[in-house]
Amino acid sequence: MTELGFFGGRVARHDGLVTQTRMGFSDPWRMLEGLRAVRNAGAGTVGTITLDSFTRTGNLDRAREELLRGTPLNGYPLLAHGAARTRELIGAFDQSRFPIQIRHGSPRPYMIFREMLAAGITATEGGPVSYCLPYSREPLAAAVTEWARSCELLSEYRGPGAPVHLESFSGCMLGQLCPPGLLVALNILEGLFFLEHGLRSISLSYAQQTNHRQDFGAITALRRLARERLAGADWHITIYTFMGVFPESALGARSLIEESARLAASTGSERLIVKTVAEAFRIPTIAENVQALRWATAAAAGAEPDDDDDAAEAVYREAGTLIDAVLDQHANIGQALIGAFRKGLLDVPYCLHPDNANQARTTIDSAGRLQWASTGRMPIATGRAGAEPRVSAADLLTMLDYHRRRFDGSHVQEKGHHHDDDRIAPAGHGSGQLDACR
Amino acid sequence: MDTKVGKPRAVVCTIASDAHTWNLMFLQLLLEDHGFAVHNLGSCVPVVEVVDCCLRERPHLLVLSTVNGHGLIEAPGFIQAVRNRTELRSLPVVVGGKLNVDGAVPDDDVRNLLRLGFDAVFASAAAAEEFPRFLAHVGQAAAAN
Repeated sequence: MTELGFFGGRVARHDGLVTQTRMGFSDPWRMLEGLRAVRNAGAGTVGTITLDSFTRTGNLDRAREELLRGTPLNGYPLLAHGAARTRELIGAFDQSRFPIQIRHGSPRPYMIFREMLAAGITATEGGPVSYCLPYSREPLAAAVTEWARSCELLSEYRGPGAPVHLESFSGCMLGQLCPPGLLVALNILEGLFFLEHGLRSISLSYAQQTNHRQDFGAITALRRLARERLAGADWHITIYTFMGVFPESALGARSLIEESARLAASTGSERLIVKTVAEAFRIPTIAENVQALRWATAAAAGAEPDDDDDAAEAVYREAGTLIDAVLDQHANIGQALIGAFRKGLLDVPYCLHPDNANQARTTIDSAGRLQWASTGRMPIATGRAGAEPRVSAADLLTMLDYHRRRFDGSHVQEKGHHHDDDRIAPAGHGSGQLDACR
Repeated sequence: MDTKVGKPRAVVCTIASDAHTWNLMFLQLLLEDHGFAVHNLGSCVPVVEVVDCCLRERPHLLVLSTVNGHGLIEAPGFIQAVRNRTELRSLPVVVGGKLNVDGAVPDDDVRNLLRLGFDAVFASAAAAEEFPRFLAHVGQAAAAN
């Protein structure tokens, strides 16, 4: 194995976009079947085992209990099944060709990582901020401490598949309505945190938002900042298909998935994590996941590389300002992050976590770009004058449903082509259904 | 939180395993649009914290929203913990969202949740129209008290 490890090495060696699902099932046979289907879907895939919510929140007893009852959980209960059984399950795969990533969503991942390594899996994801603020009630200071020792556990691993690969989930945060400058800054900051705790094989992430050009600029800025600030790391960039309210129509969902694949390919991103046509309704099946991988691969193959840096400059500057403001807080990255959130120098819009200031607000402009409506106490400007009126429930839904309206609206001839259609009255937006990701 | 006298109070929460919050943010704004003062407990709330919050704040409505597919597993224990407190026996409590991993929620499961003590279950496609009507009703009842 190269010094990139199973996972980083697989991504680095593949000529073209590596694609991945977020699949996870509680039944080991179904999990095995799902991994096989993904492996067989094409040359450029990697495997995923997404854990269930009980395991993620540290409720191991409940995961065991429900497993005994035969209740279908929303993911694979790694700790309840245990390392031995999991090792047996993944024994069906040659990880030097088809490495597997554990996706978990935990602010306290130590036990999960220990079991993962014992099972023979050496790739995972998350971060002290990105798996604390959006997904838990854990105090940020506790998550930072837990993630520090968990990262050290990963970096000390010397067994098969080493070095361990860790992806920062901070390009996603709440999945939508977070302007790209903050997503890019958090990626670099979590990347620095990983390096501080000894990891060398890492990836950065960015979730497709609402405007293709803005996303393009954000990813370009992320790459530039990673080159400048993450010296000594082997890194690549992972794109996520839009994580928010998904189009209900199969055609709309497919168009959005394909758009994300073109975004990943045209920015030279190395990996893409897809969503499916079922996203608006429920947890997708194996077949739906495989279909999404095939569409994404085909769309990526047809995309041209792009080199327009204009859209990148604003994101680059905003993210740089945020990163510097955080680094000024403390020499230790973890302490700097805690201090920055306490002072509101970082503020994730609409995030309800008690350690987030929750004063920042986002809006979508007429071209479909995410803009700051309020930056709270962050050291960056909104770029707009005057106070923003209160966001009503209907306003929030209009913003959350942007892509659903764009792709499912009645104006069929405009579907998927315009970013200036956010004045169209919301259609069929009332269900308030959200992303059932974990 | 707005503690203006006379404003009906609502607590918004989710189940202990559910990390999703856009649904909670939306419900907070919707309740505020309907005149409620809202205490939003955010993601992954243990039910004991929900009960403590309700005992402290004595809301006119408790809204449980969950979209991670574990609703049918955790909602029964949730409502039993709430109804076990005498002070909360008559508190209107509703549940909604995506309650299982399959999509559609069987009628038997809805009936079971109602039998266990929920006042309403909003899990069908019509929920978006039904819930605001329900809110108007609860708001009026709170104002009359």
